[in-house]
Amino acid sequence: MVAALSADKSNVSLSVTDLHKSFGAHEVLKGVSLKACEGDVISLLGSSGSGKSTFLRCINLLETPTSGLITVHGEDIKMSKDRQGASHPTDPRQVERIRARLAMVFQSFNLWSHMTVMDNVIAGPIHVLKQSRAEAIEHAKEVLERVGMYERRDYYPSHISGGQQQRAAIARALAMKPEVMLFDEPTSALDPELVGEVLKVIRSLAEEGRTMVVVTHEMAFARDVSSEVIFLHQGLIEEQGSPAQMFNDPKSNRFKEFLSTTRQ
Amino acid sequence: MESERSFYEYLQSFSETRSPIDFVLIYDNLPRFFDGALVTLQLTFLALLVGGLIAVPLAIARAYRKPFLSPAIRVYTYVFCGTPLLVQVYLFYFGLGQFTAVQESFLWDPILSNPWWCVIIAFTLNTAAYTTEFLRGAIEATPHGEVEAAKACGMSPFTRMRLVVLPNAFRRALPAYSNEVIFTLHGSVIASTVTLQDLLGVGRWLNGRYYLAYEGFLTAMVFYMAIVFLITFVFRMAEKRFLGHLRPREAPAPGSARVAA
Repeated sequence: MVAALSADKSNVSLSVTDLHKSFGAHEVLKGVSLKACEGDVISLLGSSGSGKSTFLRCINLLETPTSGLITVHGEDIKMSKDRQGASHPTDPRQVERIRARLAMVFQSFNLWSHMTVMDNVIAGPIHVLKQSRAEAIEHAKEVLERVGMYERRDYYPSHISGGQQQRAAIARALAMKPEVMLFDEPTSALDPELVGEVLKVIRSLAEEGRTMVVVTHEMAFARDVSSEVIFLHQGLIEEQGSPAQMFNDPKSNRFKEFLSTTRQ
Repeated sequence: MESERSFYEYLQSFSETRSPIDFVLIYDNLPRFFDGALVTLQLTFLALLVGGLIAVPLAIARAYRKPFLSPAIRVYTYVFCGTPLLVQVYLFYFGLGQFTAVQESFLWDPILSNPWWCVIIAFTLNTAAYTTEFLRGAIEATPHGEVEAAKACGMSPFTRMRLVVLPNAFRRALPAYSNEVIFTLHGSVIASTVTLQDLLGVGRWLNGRYYLAYEGFLTAMVFYMAIVFLITFVFRMAEKRFLGHLRPREAPAPGSARVAA
């Protein structure tokens, strides 16, 4: 435990090597790599169509990458090709195991609509992590308080605001005790006045040293919170570096252009 | 005893003097009607139970477009939803007996020579066909994002089905299913055409014996209505219990920051 807490930055939680993804003839990702060490917060930026969401969805195999290697804490996700040359995971069980370690927060929350907030949070721990119900509820209480949703635990998702739904979804992700959290534009579907409450939660998670990969349009968040910023353009990494270097001294013209359009 | 006697006498004098309907006859035959109701309920709910159990895997196969299986099931549902239930019952009851192979098979003696079994098989296949199709629709309407969320937290396909897809689909199908239950109850009258003494069968028997149409059929109607009333009540309770998430939000909880619009 002590060793884990004092783990040095070279401890790689997630690495993606040369990831390609095509939809038919259209190649969306043309070889993207990423390395997240423990405690890293990596922001993925890019205009729409740059492939950043697809890249994130490939990491937990919601999309099947055409080629490339994904490694979670030293464990490679085994992929094989069928006779048509289409790639697919070799062992579905391994994929399920890996997904349970990579929690994902979606743009449109995707809470299970027939379950209350509490049931949403305990479903994964009970049915995937095989915790007892009492244990799951105990931990759920903790994570719901963490995102300020414990008072709303008995509400159905349709009965709470978008910001509350997203915070509940973050609690659901936290309940899985994930090694890496993936955020897919977590504030893009929210009304502007609700963005703040969700960003505050994500920011506090980043500050407590969680490993996260965040696809976002929130420039202030990317600049202030991330340890590394990656700018994707047309399926390739156009520029990457520390936020200070990226935002104060952008090298590529496309990223300069992107920054100027987002800043107006 | 005293009060029952006086009630019976009252019924007698009422039926003989003022009423166009012979209540004494109905009263005397009430036990038969209760037996008939039991047959009707047995046929209806046994068919619904078994048909529903058959429909779930079939609907899943249809919704996920399993090769070979899905088109085959479609042919089955198309035939059973596209033809009258009466014809289906006749085919099983009169049709199968035409084949000596069927008559000689082990299925003949206890099952296919018995009208009760023929009716229950036809009813079950019929309700299973209808249920398969609307359950398929409900499964297909499960929000894609909810399934993805289940995948993303590492649930196996079986767990996803059990925890997310089916509970979602069952809830969406619940109001439509109450219609299916009532239609199956109404359809069960067909049992009376192949000699079974269900509710309508008792009414027909009464009409045939005394040549009094109203007594038998009105009584049967009242029984059917009572059963439908119970079914609707149960479904209303179920909707209240299971469809809470589809109700509009109640008044904001005290302390909520939201100002009422």
